Formats: sequence, structure tokens, C-alpha cells
Amino acid sequence: MTSLVQSLNSATRKIPAWILYVLGMVPVAALTLQLFNGQLGIDPVKTLEHELGEIALQLLIAGLAITPLRNAFGLNLIKFRRAIGLLAFAYVVMHLGVWLFLDMQLLMQQILKDLVKRWYITIGMFGLLLMIPLALTSNNLSLRKLGAANWRKLHKLTYGAVLAGAIHYVILVKGWQLEPLIYLAIVVLLLAMRIPPLKRVRLV
Amino acid sequence: MSKTFKTDLKWSDVTPKADFLNRRQLMAGVGAAGLIASTPALGKIATVKSRYSTSEKPNSFEDITKYNNFYEFGTGKDDPAKYAGALTTDPWSIKIDGMVDRPGTYDLADITKGVTMEERIYRFRCVEAWAMVIPWVGFELSTLLKRVGVKSGAKYVAFETLERPSEMIGQKRRTIPWPYREGLRLDEAMNPLTILATGLYGDTLPNQNGAPIRLVVPWKYGFKSIKSIVRISLTSKQPESSWNMLQPSEYGFYSNVNPNVDHPRWSQASERKIGGLIAKRQPTLMFNGYEKEVAGLYKGMDLAKFY
Repeated sequence: MTSLVQSLNSATRKIPAWILYVLGMVPVAALTLQLFNGQLGIDPVKTLEHELGEIALQLLIAGLAITPLRNAFGLNLIKFRRAIGLLAFAYVVMHLGVWLFLDMQLLMQQILKDLVKRWYITIGMFGLLLMIPLALTSNNLSLRKLGAANWRKLHKLTYGAVLAGAIHYVILVKGWQLEPLIYLAIVVLLLAMRIPPLKRVRLV
Repeated sequence: MSKTFKTDLKWSDVTPKADFLNRRQLMAGVGAAGLIASTPALGKIATVKSRYSTSEKPNSFEDITKYNNFYEFGTGKDDPAKYAGALTTDPWSIKIDGMVDRPGTYDLADITKGVTMEERIYRFRCVEAWAMVIPWVGFELSTLLKRVGVKSGAKYVAFETLERPSEMIGQKRRTIPWPYREGLRLDEAMNPLTILATGLYGDTLPNQNGAPIRLVVPWKYGFKSIKSIVRISLTSKQPESSWNMLQPSEYGFYSNVNPNVDHPRWSQASERKIGGLIAKRQPTLMFNGYEKEVAGLYKGMDLAKFY
């Protein structure tokens, strides 16, 4: 196990972080292509909306997993975290865009009502708002200006954003569906691994 | 029974058999010419047209059969099309019990024997705020209820879907309480718009749409139109319904389509008409456009309270 972690660490050291931005846009290209080829099913807008939302949640979880992976396994992926976070934000924004333009078709009155009346929309939007200061400060200049300590404190907003995303998914589906509950369980686990006694658990 | 539905239709209104047979020949001829090649297997079931059909253009066969909520086969919209093939629909029988004169377990063939099948092109509105137009084949539920004889004192009709986890993989998890249950007030059940459908687009009902026999109540949200029915009970008490049991604040017993009463999750003011690249939003109509036929059933009721 230790040797596996070591070889993973040395392998990823050679991969530049910018590759993630390129790879991260592959699903967008694929979805766009599928949309115009009629491969997104009977209701392409909903498929697009759900896919973008799900990828955003997966990226948020990936970002959240970096620290516990280092603490518990000694796996060092921290240089990829900014790219993962910014990609997550991009997907959340696209998810919102599809909802506003293609799903709601800019029926402003209904949109504003939904924002306050539908809990899953309120929570989802709350998560997105939390991500705005994070996206704006995900650069070296902001890190220097804020100072490492303040910057880290600010970026704890991630916890709220990821949790909001997972809860948004659980309550938007009808009944108790398995998939959103699995996502929520993973998020809760990753957050729990930051609590002091669990933080020090070494698995390797 | 106390509330018998009286129709203003006379036998003379029914299309004579010779006429509709002619019409079908005509259609078959057109079909052979390839002009309506997009309509699958037209006219395999002999049907007569109905004055209750909408003139709106039906959704494509593909829309209707590949976009379904039928949680018995999974919660994804495409799950029913993928997994419903495993369901055995023949033999099929329906247990009819409760406050009826002739209770029993009736074979599907007995239930449909001698019944005139009608084409009913209905608007369909899902509680999730999407909509379609669907050409059902079926007959009025009242026809069956009259045949089995409703006892006086019966006020509600309860329905149950088949529970067979070996063939319905979605039932392996308790997403909703199985078997799926639904119910109607007796006067709703006797309304001429309420049908038992056994077909779609002139052919037998695909499994994913609720084969071999399902309810269609076009002025209510789609989940009221229970699929693959194995039991119909006449009761004096309001029956339980699955979605209501799961989340009573969201799914009322009536669940009439009503743009003015929002579901906690979805505004019901507008709906997305499925079809094409981008489903277009359109305003939702009171009772899904069937106000003239059914508003009388709810006279004096506070529809925000009885949602």
C-alpha cells in the first residue's frame, strides 16, 4: 500500500494541473454533441440539467476528498484542487444556466417564486452563492493578499457548498432514491474525516 | 347504487361497425402507402373515435414509450423501457372485491369481452410539471363497475398494481410503499373521462406504459393513473394511496391538475410539453383542460385544502 501511494505520488507529480481544465471540459463537449445528435433522450433539457448538476457534485466531492486522502493515506493531490474547484464552479453555473434558460425559459415571476418556495432550489442557490467568493479567490494573487490563514478560513465555505449540493439532490428527487443518498453519505464521511479525532487516523 | 352516471350519448351516436371497419381499411391503405409510417402498427385493435378526444397532436410513440415514471421498474425515466420487458402480462386477472354485487377474480379477457374499445386522445400532465398528448385505447371504467354492480354505500374505488419483485426490479427497494395503491371517489370513477386503457396508438399497451390494463384519469396528475392493475375494491372509506402515504403534504388524495395550487416542489403554473430539442413551457390549464367535464364534481370544495 505504501509503495502504491508512493508511486501514485511520483506519477501525479509529473502531471501538470492545467490538463485538468482540458479534461474537465470533455463532458461539456460530449453533452453538446449528444444534444444536437438527439442522444440525450426524450427530454434533452432535463438530461443536460441533471448531468451538469451531477458532474458538479462529483467535482465538489473530489475537491473535498483531497485533504482526507492526504491525512489518511499520505496521497498528495493538492496541486489539482484549485482546478477541481474551479471546474465544479463552472459546472454549477452551467447547471443554473440550463435551468434558467432552457428549463424555466426565463419565466421570471415563476423563477423568483421557486427560489423562495422550493427548498431544493433555495438550498442549491445558497450553495452556488457560497462558491462565488471561493471561485473569485482561487488564484495566487488572492492567496497572497488574503494571507494563507485567512484564505484557508474563507475556503472552509466549501463544506457548506458541498453539503448544500448533496442535500439539494436528495430533496429534489421523489421518494428516497439511492443515488443521492450515497452522494450525501460520502460528503458526510469526508466532512467527518476533518473532525480532530478522526483527522489523525492514518490508514497507511 | 346511488350515483349512476347518465350520459347524453345515444346508441345512435356510436359509429356503426361497418363504418369504422371501412375507415380502418382506408387507414390501412394509407399506411401501406407509407404516408403514416411514423405511426406504429396502426389499428391492430378495433376502436371507435370519441368526442372526448383532444384535437391536439399526440406525442410520438417514442416519446410516450421511452419517457415513463413507473417506479416498479426503477426511478429513471428510461428505466421502464429498459426493464419492463421482464413483466408477464398474460395470463392476467383482476380481483374485484369490496362493496360489489359480483365480487371475484376476473380474467382480463372476460373484462374486455364485448366491450367497445375507444380511441381517447388525452392530455397527460405529470406532477413533475411536464406534459404530453397520448392516444389511449380503452373503455370507460363505469362500464366495468356497472357490470360488477356497485352496492349502495360504496363511496370510493381503490386500485392496486401488481407486486412481483422477481419481474419488477424496482420493487426490490422500498422507494415507495408497494404494492402501488391509488383511489378515486366513486363519482370520479364513474365520470365518462375516466377510462381503463389497454392500448396505445391503436395497439396493445407496451409494458412500460402499464400493460396490460391501467387507469387513465386525464384531469388528475399522472401518478393517479395507476398501472398494471390487479385489484379493484369498492369501499366506503377513502382508500390509501402510495404517494400520499409517503409524503402526505405533497401528494393529496385528489391531486387534480390545478395551476393555482402549487406542489411544494414544483410550481404548477406552467408545464413543459415534451417533444423536440427543447420542451416548450406552456401554461397549465385548470383540471388539465377538462374543466367543463369535471369542475362540477368539486363544486363547493376548497381545492387548496383538498389538493
